[in-house]
Amino acid sequence: MSAYRKPLPTDDPLMAPFWQNAKARRLSVQSCRDCGDKHFPPGPVCPKCLSEDQEWEPVSGRAALVSWVRFHRAYWDGFVGEVPYDVCLVALEEGPLLVSNFSGPVPDDPKAGTPLEVVFEDVTDTVALPKFRIVA
Amino acid sequence: MSMQGLKNKIAVVGVGTTDYGNFPEIDDYGLAARAFRNAVEDCGIDKNRIDGLLCCRIPFYARMGEILGLDPRWTLQMPAHGRMSGMAIIEAMLALETGAAEYVALLYANIGRSRRVNYGGEELAGIWDPWGFTSPGAAHAMMFRMHMERFGTTTRQLGEVSVAFRHHASLHPDAVMKKPITLDDHAAARPIVEPLRLLDYCLINDGAVCIILTTAERARDLRKPPVLISGVGARDAFSRSAISNFDPDFWYSETREAGEAAYRMAGVGPSDIDALMCYDNFSPTVLFSLEGLGFCKRGEAGAFVEGGRLRIDGALPTNTDGGHLSNSYMQGWALNVEAVRQLRGECGERQVKDCEVVQYVAATPCTRSVIYTRG
Repeated sequence: MSAYRKPLPTDDPLMAPFWQNAKARRLSVQSCRDCGDKHFPPGPVCPKCLSEDQEWEPVSGRAALVSWVRFHRAYWDGFVGEVPYDVCLVALEEGPLLVSNFSGPVPDDPKAGTPLEVVFEDVTDTVALPKFRIVA
Repeated sequence: MSMQGLKNKIAVVGVGTTDYGNFPEIDDYGLAARAFRNAVEDCGIDKNRIDGLLCCRIPFYARMGEILGLDPRWTLQMPAHGRMSGMAIIEAMLALETGAAEYVALLYANIGRSRRVNYGGEELAGIWDPWGFTSPGAAHAMMFRMHMERFGTTTRQLGEVSVAFRHHASLHPDAVMKKPITLDDHAAARPIVEPLRLLDYCLINDGAVCIILTTAERARDLRKPPVLISGVGARDAFSRSAISNFDPDFWYSETREAGEAAYRMAGVGPSDIDALMCYDNFSPTVLFSLEGLGFCKRGEAGAFVEGGRLRIDGALPTNTDGGHLSNSYMQGWALNVEAVRQLRGECGERQVKDCEVVQYVAATPCTRSVIYTRG
């Protein structure tokens, strides 16, 4: 898998737990130990109460489709052989929005609200990308 | 003092633009200097009286001041983001009202065409890159599909926006893209990030803009009849900016709030607007803006723009210079200049008849609206 040429996660320390959890097949979002607010992407403090006491909490992996687009332009060389490819926007059952890709069969024009569930695709030895499969 | 109290107190007295295109032989400072010289000439001011300098998308304000031979009392640098023009104008109003400066020059330059700016990929690294999601265009495509599903809006209705603005560009000698297009051309254009196609995207071109502001009182001594800033409104949307340039509610409440504040301050409403200058980074933004400002009901902007309503000869002449889609990607700055030129009656073939009230709006994570009237 060393030939993987698409963008990989940066070494942003705030995001490290997300990727560690993903490698362990767990989807997670940042959660505030003080007020319980769940948010993604992560921040150094809770956007609701400003507490620094944050943890990463596994979520169900269930989500609903919000929207999707089809890229015909490759903004990175690693995507040149992939176009056109789809990117979806999903709302986790727990609230936060996530940008991701579909996994598995997708109808021609998937509609908002379509139920989804997370799957993990290993793209390198250390990175697993959470993607979403349409629930039959 | 309140913002409402600034009604008609600040005037635009000079505007200057450069040619628009691909200019590898000159840099952003050089283009900005040309725009500045043109704006100084436009208002007939001694440039050394300018004691306020605002630079946007220009690398270094001090170098800009050095080039222009200016030692201001008030200087402000704004980032290269597209949404800054309305913000900058409001900042300058406050500086003028408080006396921090007496004459402010706002300068903007863009060299994105000659320097091959992509607006995506490695130059805009973000957390969604591993899934291949990048670029403001993709964020607007994501929003537009939601608008389509929620309200039944069609890409053909989006085409109405592109076709109307191209028509205006065909009447505008400075515009980059003058060849008229049809709805079928729009539908047949190559897809970039679907549901958006090439003609839904703004241009990327080089150029610069300068706007000179002062108080309405001082404006009387200058060359051109002043254009007054009668209303402004503002609201940011940062708390749900997880995806940059995207909002699942199309900045509806922000646009509504900014619009209402501007209308209230100016004492006008949507039906009084003779021409609209609408930030059109991508064609869907125009539909979102029309709904937020109340030109039509929520969800009805697609039907509203049909039949050429945004054309100069339509009910709501919009982006009469051709906008970002067909005139020039001056990120809102040229639209504010066009508002001024329309109110002065300087627009030749694309002049809106009896033009007395012009509104600028940018529906973005920093939504701003400015209402201009004849002095």
